Amino acid sequence: MSLFWEVTLALLEGFGTTCSIFGLTLVLALPLGLLISFGTMSKLAPVKAVFKTIVWIIRGVPLMLQIFVVFYVPGFVFGVPIASRFMAAIIAFVINYACYFSEIYRAGIEAIPFGQTEAGRVLGMTKGEIFFRVTLLQVVKRIIPPMGNEIITLVKDTALARVIMVVEIIKVAEKFTARAMIWPLFYTAVFYLIFVGVLTILFGKAEKKLSYFKV
Amino acid sequence: MAFLEVKNIQKSFGETKVLRGIDFTMERGEVVAIIGSSGGGKTTFLRCLNFLETPNGGTITVDGDEIFNAAVTYTDAETREKRLRFGLVFQSFNLFPQYTARENIAMPLYLRRAEALSRETGVRRLPRAQKHELQEAARAAADDLLKNVGLAEKAGLYPHQLSGGQCQRVAIARALALSPDILCFDEPTSALDPELTGEVLRVIRDLRRDGHTMIIVTHEMEFARSVADHVVFMAGGIIEEEGTPAEIFDHPTSEALRAFLHKETEF
Ligand SMILES: Nc1ncnc2c1ncn2[C@@H]1O[C@H](COP(=O)(O)OP(=O)(O)O)[C@@H](O)[C@H]1O
Ligand SMILES: [Mg+2]
Repeated sequence: MSLFWEVTLALLEGFGTTCSIFGLTLVLALPLGLLISFGTMSKLAPVKAVFKTIVWIIRGVPLMLQIFVVFYVPGFVFGVPIASRFMAAIIAFVINYACYFSEIYRAGIEAIPFGQTEAGRVLGMTKGEIFFRVTLLQVVKRIIPPMGNEIITLVKDTALARVIMVVEIIKVAEKFTARAMIWPLFYTAVFYLIFVGVLTILFGKAEKKLSYFKV
Repeated sequence: MAFLEVKNIQKSFGETKVLRGIDFTMERGEVVAIIGSSGGGKTTFLRCLNFLETPNGGTITVDGDEIFNAAVTYTDAETREKRLRFGLVFQSFNLFPQYTARENIAMPLYLRRAEALSRETGVRRLPRAQKHELQEAARAAADDLLKNVGLAEKAGLYPHQLSGGQCQRVAIARALALSPDILCFDEPTSALDPELTGEVLRVIRDLRRDGHTMIIVTHEMEFARSVADHVVFMAGGIIEEEGTPAEIFDHPTSEALRAFLHKETEF
């Protein structure tokens, strides 16, 4: 029994790191993604091209590789090693997820019929009023399901941070395998499942909350 | 000088000349119907009047006030103010799905009244109580307008819970709420099932009775004949022929109009 608790406590600590990566990535990538989506929808062709290229590269290269790049390139190429492994992981995750989120935002915004904006205009509304009072909620309603998917993927992608020795929950469990214990590794699934279960319920609630209208 | 004077309005999309110089006048309280085959520039003309398109040439004057001149560049704020001279009812209603019928009307009305009050009093952020009062007043006005279009009981419903005809009547009420000088309709019944067109046309007739100045683009020839004081036939980006309903429908002079009427009455 004491071994079980020892493992559980160790895994919980690793799970704390998992949650930090998840939380920080979400808080930073959600707004950054919106900015990137504006870039990819820009009327200025060069701006649009730059942002589209960034999104293509980030989505086209494995996240694991991006983590390595953020971790090693500043030190090897510029001679200024990155302050911490954890920070390197966060930077890579934020950039990667911001690009995925940006595509969700873009699809959500472009799906709103232009007639909505035009109706706002002929009613004398300002750009800000049209965005906040007409478009925004319709976009939110449309993006909740794909956002839910992406955010649930993020929960599990956090495990990639271990490639640069960030000690999240899987890394902790792997240390036990050195002591010839394989079950802690499988035990981590419980933590992920509970976390994802909670998120699923939250997204279901959000979806239900906006089900009073149809877009 | 006429109430509305449109002079030589031109509009191109790239190389395509869609409006080739529209000259048009109407008086206050007059109802004008615009007819013509699809692609003739009718929608583009209404969109120009409502500042959804910027004409490449020409002027628009309402009540002696030049609100558009292609030689002048306007700021967003100026455009916003000037376009409120006109209202536009779209073919596809464009109601806001997340608002009830009442809120579709009250929300834009509240915003403009709040803006006007801010400007009058010089207070940038209105106090909560005052905002609330304005909101309640806008809702009451919305309910009155809904009653006028026969939808008093539907005030609390969302667009997806209304029929097409009911949606269009809400859209008409929403446009009226801002008291435009001239209300434009772009084929208001074209997106409706035939059995629903009657209720919308009836509302437009009521508006005429109440003295509203209106420009109606329509494919309903019988309706155009009976509701309009003046009929305009547009083809190829110009006004090909215009006159009283009797002149246009009973004594068409141009070949194009005759061909158009022939085709329209065939069915
Ligand atoms: N935004 C646009 N870009 C390019 N061409 C357009 C645009 N809007 C309208 N047109 C063209 O202008 C012509 C007139 O269109 P429209 O004003 O919609 O005519 P109508 O309402 O009489 O059917 C059509 O040939 C149409 O293809
Ligand atoms: Mg049209």
